[in-house]
Amino acid sequence: MPAELVPGVQTGRGEDAEEEVRRGLLLTTLGKAVAWARKNSMWPATFGLACCAIEMMAAGAGDYDLGRWGMEVFRASPRQADLMIVAGRVSQKMAPVLRQIYDQMPEPKWVISMGVCASSGGMFNNYGLVQGVDTIVPVDVYVPGCPPRPEMLMYGILRLHEKVQREARIT
Amino acid sequence: MTPDDLFGRLRTRFADVVLARGEVSTSLEPRELLEALAWLRDEPDLAFDFLSDLTCTDWPGLEPRYWVAYHLLSTAHGHRLRVKVGVADGDQPRVPSVTSSYPTADWFEREVYDFFGVVFDGHPDLRRIEMPEEWKGHPLRKTEQLAGVRTRFVGASVPPPDQRGT
Repeated sequence: MPAELVPGVQTGRGEDAEEEVRRGLLLTTLGKAVAWARKNSMWPATFGLACCAIEMMAAGAGDYDLGRWGMEVFRASPRQADLMIVAGRVSQKMAPVLRQIYDQMPEPKWVISMGVCASSGGMFNNYGLVQGVDTIVPVDVYVPGCPPRPEMLMYGILRLHEKVQREARIT
Repeated sequence: MTPDDLFGRLRTRFADVVLARGEVSTSLEPRELLEALAWLRDEPDLAFDFLSDLTCTDWPGLEPRYWVAYHLLSTAHGHRLRVKVGVADGDQPRVPSVTSSYPTADWFEREVYDFFGVVFDGHPDLRRIEMPEEWKGHPLRKTEQLAGVRTRFVGASVPPPDQRGT
């Protein structure tokens, strides 16, 4: 990949450095390189709970193709995932399950609250549903919509990518 | 048996029988329930052999407060009957369980217990069926909180955003 396409990468200065770059060398900090790698190969955990999951699947399928950002592999095991897309309404009975899945994911991990139900309970303001998944797990990006179109989910994912790149540190 | 015939037939046994919109209903005391259902099931011309639904309504301020409704169907004759039982509001409303004669009542009674808190005496396994087992209260009672119920799960703590690690 050309060095100027990698965010946060500084190419060298001076004639010797330019010669080095031409030969395939690029300089950056380790943190930025790690963040760039994390950002470009984020593996979501399968967490479809309702109709939002259909849009999430559509985003992963051919027409929209999350594979463009290295995200097409939805992992069935939380041990192999670093992003949880909570797609749909979370019932009170599901809350401990969701938290356990989150706890089983290795660090670093991120959460997208997809759709208005996961974000705030949506139209289900009653005893059955959790009024916002952020009462159970920390949420990085909220995607509104009922359900959000795949473009909206992809926009949320790209904003999350920006956040991951910006953090750019090793934890 | 047509609803009119059924109405006339049941009037010979029960005092409170209602025919409205082509549907026959009868109201009973809880202590009469088991005997009445056994009779309805075993009479050859009635033969109510299937309990198709069992549900409950809550009328706060009225007495009795809870009405448990049994919807019976005769698979032999094709006629239907609704049996209603008024349950007084005490510390714990109680009705005898009908699982011994109608096995379908098992989960129905658990559901009514879960949502209304009506206890069915003699039920083999009276646990919550839909809400979490540790849930407090019975959400379909009119006196329960209608909206804005907080998350009851307490096994997780989420720090504010500025105090999170990553």
